[in-house]
Amino acid sequence: MNLGTRKLLDRAFTALGFGSIAIMGLMLLIVLVPIVSNGISALVFRSTVEHRKMAYNEFHRGNQTSLDKEIAESDAARKPVYEILSGFEAELKLMDEDKQQEYKDKYDQVRTALRALLGPLPGESEPALTRLKYGQNRWEKAEEKLHEFLYEKKWDYSNPDVAAKEYFVSRSAGFEGTSLVRLFPYVEKNIDRMLLPEWTFYWGFITDSSVDSHIFGGIWPEIQGTIFLAVGAMLFAFPLGVVAAVYFTEYAREGFFTSLLRSANSTLAGVPSIVFGLFGLAFFINTLKVSESKSVLAGSLTLAIMILPTIIRSAEEAILAVPRTYKEASLGLGSTKWNTIVTVILPAALPGILTGGVISLGRAAGETAPIIFTAAVSVGSAIGLADVFSSPTPALSWNIYNLASEHEAASEIRHVQYGMVLSLITIVLLLNLSAIVLRARISKKLKG
Amino acid sequence: MQSSPEIVETSRNATKSVREIYLPPQRKKVSGGDVPHVSAKNFSIYYGEFEAVKKVNADILSKYVTAIIGPSGCGKSTFLRSINRMNDLIPNCHTTGSLMFDSEDVYGKFTDEVLLRKKIGMVFQKPNPFPKSIFDNIAYGPRLHGIKDKKTLAGIVEKSLRKAALWDEVSDRLDKNALSMSGGQQQRLCFARTLAVEPEILLLDEPTSALDPKATAKIEDLIQELRGSYTIMIVTHNMQQASRVSDFTMFFYEGVLVEHATTAQLFTNPKDRMTEDYITGRFS
Repeated sequence: MNLGTRKLLDRAFTALGFGSIAIMGLMLLIVLVPIVSNGISALVFRSTVEHRKMAYNEFHRGNQTSLDKEIAESDAARKPVYEILSGFEAELKLMDEDKQQEYKDKYDQVRTALRALLGPLPGESEPALTRLKYGQNRWEKAEEKLHEFLYEKKWDYSNPDVAAKEYFVSRSAGFEGTSLVRLFPYVEKNIDRMLLPEWTFYWGFITDSSVDSHIFGGIWPEIQGTIFLAVGAMLFAFPLGVVAAVYFTEYAREGFFTSLLRSANSTLAGVPSIVFGLFGLAFFINTLKVSESKSVLAGSLTLAIMILPTIIRSAEEAILAVPRTYKEASLGLGSTKWNTIVTVILPAALPGILTGGVISLGRAAGETAPIIFTAAVSVGSAIGLADVFSSPTPALSWNIYNLASEHEAASEIRHVQYGMVLSLITIVLLLNLSAIVLRARISKKLKG
Repeated sequence: MQSSPEIVETSRNATKSVREIYLPPQRKKVSGGDVPHVSAKNFSIYYGEFEAVKKVNADILSKYVTAIIGPSGCGKSTFLRSINRMNDLIPNCHTTGSLMFDSEDVYGKFTDEVLLRKKIGMVFQKPNPFPKSIFDNIAYGPRLHGIKDKKTLAGIVEKSLRKAALWDEVSDRLDKNALSMSGGQQQRLCFARTLAVEPEILLLDEPTSALDPKATAKIEDLIQELRGSYTIMIVTHNMQQASRVSDFTMFFYEGVLVEHATTAQLFTNPKDRMTEDYITGRFS
């Protein structure tokens, strides 16, 4: 191969490598940007007076006098709406039977749409569900609801060859000639006076517990549950893993038994996580009965078994990477094997061991399958430290799945789903970042 | 390697040239010497089936410097490492015959190899300080053996560093990481670290092979300083070094102890043809 071709090939490979890394970065960007931007909208958004009412009633947060002032202001703006409604109802009673029937359904729809926007209408009894007690909390949602209020969605089935098309019909057209017609332009024009949107930084999203299955409130129970589960898993897996790694590297004699143990460890690393979940249910809960039913303890144990192989392997690598000469020097000074391991080998291997540990911690925080059967519940409040032995907990990974797929109002709480995803990613990234920093700091200390 | 036939001719005719190259310095007798400190009887070391050291019989005299020379793979390092049982780290390594340290059987059933290694210190080929501060490196051994008092430790550290001729260079930065020192300093630190546990024997496994000539000279001076206080055994590839620092020299070839004599005799008047060939550079 001549020099020209060789250089060309080198350059081509450089381009290939650069290209693949660039594609990877782009993919990451495509995934992360929407998650981050939508996730942040859970914290920073234009809140309505309804949100402030909710925050005051449910979390005792906010200033009562200024809230009362705002409520008075928005009530003043809403008053004409309710007057128009009662005016129309009086008008309706005077109409003949057929007309009444014609308007009844349409009028009910109007009331429903209005309720979604502004909360319970006057004269109605207090609803049982918290989600029905308040109007729209978020301005961008309110704008959607306003559209639903103004226009009725219909489907066009006229052409049987193509899929049905949606189209919108103005609701006001249906009430032509009645007093209700005035309602629609009034609401459209005065919606911001009725809801008083303003930019808010809602830090309660992180620290509040959820109200009415995440329709309102925050995700603290999930964050706390995730931390409990991951730290719990670490408490079991880290000491066990390091001890096992020390055994493999320093004590085990190479032989059939050791290689059997090693391959068992590698196999364990490849087991699908859902299998660990079922195993946790069958072994820890049904057989060992560590708790009555799902509990943080059972979940932590299951996660611990799942991350154990990774911890063992990274600790093993780290210990093997310690120069043999350290060991020789220590033994040569009359140190026992145990002393050598504790005072020389483990400190020198610490950066690697910790890195493996923290990355496993991140993995434990993010896993869903092992905790489905052993620890996770969809809705619940934050549990106390004393309850970890008996109580299940909500956790980010499981609740992301649950809110996105099984929640009855999944499309209403997209911001919560994104907020949870962002929180989980942030936790895992922070853990990995701290692993990098920790490693760098200890390595620097060791190198002098 | 001979580049011209003339030189081959002169060195084949034996010892004149050798005498000129390796003229050992005049040496004083050491008080308390003349007692065997380590003695091997029919001592063999095996790696699995392979006999790396074959039936060695030798007395190593107390307080003197004994050099071990020989071509690579001749078993000299293996022999040295067997004296404080560092070979235990190698799986499948076992010994036959006897190796006595004073009146203690090194490979006896009830011998505590940890205590043995405290009495028989070792300095390795590559400087291997721990990634700790200079102070902690030297205090490591004494701490292991139960000394906790800070003043006592500081005293031991200073004494050991002075013995290793390192005190003046590092006294103001004892808290610095040992890996920040130069290679030669690191090796002298390893000497100091070994001396801090007050061994009776110092085993030096090619202690200067990773160092430059200047650092090597300092280590050789150090060995001269320590002669008379410790029994020293040094494995070296450098025959000038052996002749400069040692009182006795052992020549190993393919696991066999070929010749063991005073350094002056071995280098000027070797009894064995093989020894002569080796020190004249006929093979290596």
